[in-house]
Amino acid sequence: MSDGTRENGDRDKAHTDEAALSARLQRLGEGLGQARGRAAPPPSEDPGGDRATTASGYARGFRLSSELVGGVLVGAGLGWLIDRLLGISPWGFIVFLLLGFVAGVLNVMRSAGVVPGPTPGGDLPGNRE
Amino acid sequence: MTIDPIHQFRIQNLVPIFTIHGHQFAFTNSALFMLIIVVLVSALLIGATLPRAVVPGRLQSVAEMSYEFVANMLRSTAGNEGMKFFPFVFTLFMFVLVANMIGLIPYSFTVTSQLIVTASLALLVFVIVVGYGFWRNGFRFLNLFVPKGVPIYILPAIVVIEILSFLSRPISHSVRLFANMLAGHITLQVFAGFIIMLAGFGVVGWFGAALPLILVIMLTALEFLVAFLQAYVFAILTCIYLNDAIHPGH
Repeated sequence: MSDGTRENGDRDKAHTDEAALSARLQRLGEGLGQARGRAAPPPSEDPGGDRATTASGYARGFRLSSELVGGVLVGAGLGWLIDRLLGISPWGFIVFLLLGFVAGVLNVMRSAGVVPGPTPGGDLPGNRE
Repeated sequence: MTIDPIHQFRIQNLVPIFTIHGHQFAFTNSALFMLIIVVLVSALLIGATLPRAVVPGRLQSVAEMSYEFVANMLRSTAGNEGMKFFPFVFTLFMFVLVANMIGLIPYSFTVTSQLIVTASLALLVFVIVVGYGFWRNGFRFLNLFVPKGVPIYILPAIVVIEILSFLSRPISHSVRLFANMLAGHITLQVFAGFIIMLAGFGVVGWFGAALPLILVIMLTALEFLVAFLQAYVFAILTCIYLNDAIHPGH
């Protein structure tokens, strides 16, 4: 069929051909965009960074230990600051160091995928827009 | 001969610039390598996109692959809305990746093995997340710290713990990259030192030295994996944190 249109070198015919092609391209583009939008959400249903952690146990170990250390350090630092500002040494340090440990353990459990993140269920892009 | 595994991380002043209150500010080897990284990445991407071929050449497919890789990562963690942060995440990823890779070349300097560099990057991400979160969501951003379905009597403790957990993000974000790079390079240096020490014992030592040599070769391969993986982890964590800024607690 298209051979027939190509054989007669009619300008008008070629023009409509081009219009049809651009319309088709646009339709394809839209379809592709929709497919992308639909295809994008599923991979994120596994807890974030999961592929990164399973790729190497070495990296996983580092990841988890830095999460714990981060929590403890922030707790200790904040406690020390509160002590200095309010002059209630050593109570702020003690309380916040312990809370920092808890936060560190929470971080570790989260990055290991044991506990969901701070946005339960909501962090799946599937239930957005 | 003494082998100092820490020597490779020493900051050297190359060109002194100015002095404030006895603190010298200079163009250091670290700054030099950062400049090299920026020039390399820019040259790669500009050079790759110049031909604009429909069928990509070798260089262009490298650029396209890295674009696709980061775009998919960002889209799958932060949704389509996260794509407005694409330039930022892509820049971070390329910078960290090239910094890690350049660091594996002997006699070069690993920028990401300096805590101050990774901490600055992590703090930049943190500030952007907090700033954009408040700008976009106002005080609804604070919902991030109030998990749903928690009994009211333990809620105050949970909120404090969530805030601490949030504040610890830049630390774990930066320490992870820094510690990986530091530990990897020290390990390599120490085992390479064993080769030299054992080789000094004569013929028996040469056979002994083969063992650490094999180990160093395997470790180098591992370090290449870690260099890529850490750049990936750094970028994907940035995406996850940005996602929190865009969609705090539904």
